[in-house]
Amino acid sequence: MTISRRTFLIVGAVTAASVALPPFISVQASIANAARPIKASVTIWVNDEPRDLDLDTRTTLLDALRENLQLTGTKKGCDHGQCGACTVIANGRRINSCLTLAVMHEGSKITTIEGLGTPQQLHPMQAAFIKHDGYQCGYCTPGQICSAVAVLGEIRDGIPSHASPSLTEPPKLIASEIQERMSGNLCRCGAYSNIIEAINEAAEASA
Amino acid sequence: MRPFTYLRAKSPAEAAALAAQVSDSRFIAGGTNLLDLMKLDIETPTHLIDVNGVGLDRIEATPEGGLRIGALVRNTDLAADSRIRKDYGLLARALLAGASGQLRNVATTAGNLLQRTRCPYFYDTHQACNKRQPGSGCAAIDGFSRQLGIIGVSTACIATHPSDMAVAMRALDALVETVKPDGTTRNIPLAELHRLPGATPNIETTLTAHELITAVTLPTPIGGTHIYQKVRDRSSYAFALISVGAIIQNDGSGRVALGGVAHKPWRVESAESVMPQGAKALTEQLLAGATPTHQNAFKLTLVERTLAAVMAQAREHA
Repeated sequence: MTISRRTFLIVGAVTAASVALPPFISVQASIANAARPIKASVTIWVNDEPRDLDLDTRTTLLDALRENLQLTGTKKGCDHGQCGACTVIANGRRINSCLTLAVMHEGSKITTIEGLGTPQQLHPMQAAFIKHDGYQCGYCTPGQICSAVAVLGEIRDGIPSHASPSLTEPPKLIASEIQERMSGNLCRCGAYSNIIEAINEAAEASA
Repeated sequence: MRPFTYLRAKSPAEAAALAAQVSDSRFIAGGTNLLDLMKLDIETPTHLIDVNGVGLDRIEATPEGGLRIGALVRNTDLAADSRIRKDYGLLARALLAGASGQLRNVATTAGNLLQRTRCPYFYDTHQACNKRQPGSGCAAIDGFSRQLGIIGVSTACIATHPSDMAVAMRALDALVETVKPDGTTRNIPLAELHRLPGATPNIETTLTAHELITAVTLPTPIGGTHIYQKVRDRSSYAFALISVGAIIQNDGSGRVALGGVAHKPWRVESAESVMPQGAKALTEQLLAGATPTHQNAFKLTLVERTLAAVMAQAREHA
């Protein structure tokens, strides 16, 4: 078949702008990266507000939230999808914001920890984490809370897990289910038992 | 990451055609493995073609009584589909044993099949790896090989395919549908999608350049007891040391595929006739010719004991 480039939405466009690189990037990598940044525009709904962004195509959703929108509640831990500190809710589903590009989220509805509650009006999950001391240093906490809010939704929606004894019966709101579903969120302080208590309480309150 | 242009394709054929028009392109769907590798300079595409908008996100019944799973169906949605849970429990269980909730929400059916090995020497760009840099050698063979392959390996590579989902699909005799840049389509048995490493471990599949996976088709359900048993170093969110995907009928016959032992989901159809004789006989046939390293020879025993446990569990269900 013949095909015209015009049949595609071409988002990237070469610009001559240079980018400032953090010092931990090797010299070789920074030469390659600075060579030719390519920018693109995207509109993402973040915490119920449309945000127009003009970004290097390489920008992850995580970096767009933190560096471009100054929503620094979402944390960068491993930056490789292993720790869950960057968990946000995208179109109702929890995801690792470090492993997705911002330009892939045209029109997406993103909820970050800043969109769940405020210091004056906490989300019930935030209140439960405080009550049960579900953290020590707090670095993983925004990701834990975003993940936990989505976990309760997944159980309500009947999505099974590795810990579900039956594939055909609805999953139950029990500790073994919550533990399994939260395994993508690491806590190096080891606050896991309190985190489970907090999620249990929030689950009972919402039931 | 290296700079790249970002394009959104509107149909599968357009995506494949565009990929052929530009150099060093990759399709991106979930991106959970590709972006990880791009951050490490292991994947260095100059053009990304986003296929999320090409409309392959449904699970449909086939006229033959099976299911056609669109390439973009997310792992969470596939595992939660009521038809998959009822008739293809092995597939639901394998999916739920893999990755984390966050990753399963994003990772796609086709992306899961095409994910790269998690061999630590592939990931460490300071190490020799014939898969990452052909001709550089394999640091894994004399290195820390506990996680790595024991059968179908070569002197060039002992990496394993990391997918749980693919193990289930192998046991289920799945077919992979593709489209090429010229618009032609074909079906590839899952058994023939992944290659053994041989002398060219950098070539991992039988897909041709810019060929795009569009769907995975499951044949008519075959009943039986479906069990996916994954053995790993922690009880959640870890890759398999070994895994067993089995469908066992009441008379003791059945099918079995292994994960964590080879460069592809490992199934030996001719070995399945000895299943009623027990795990030892089955393991001897399944893993005949295995060449483990000193560090991963334990996997031979682990496979046999896991098979025994799976067969015992199936007898309880029968």
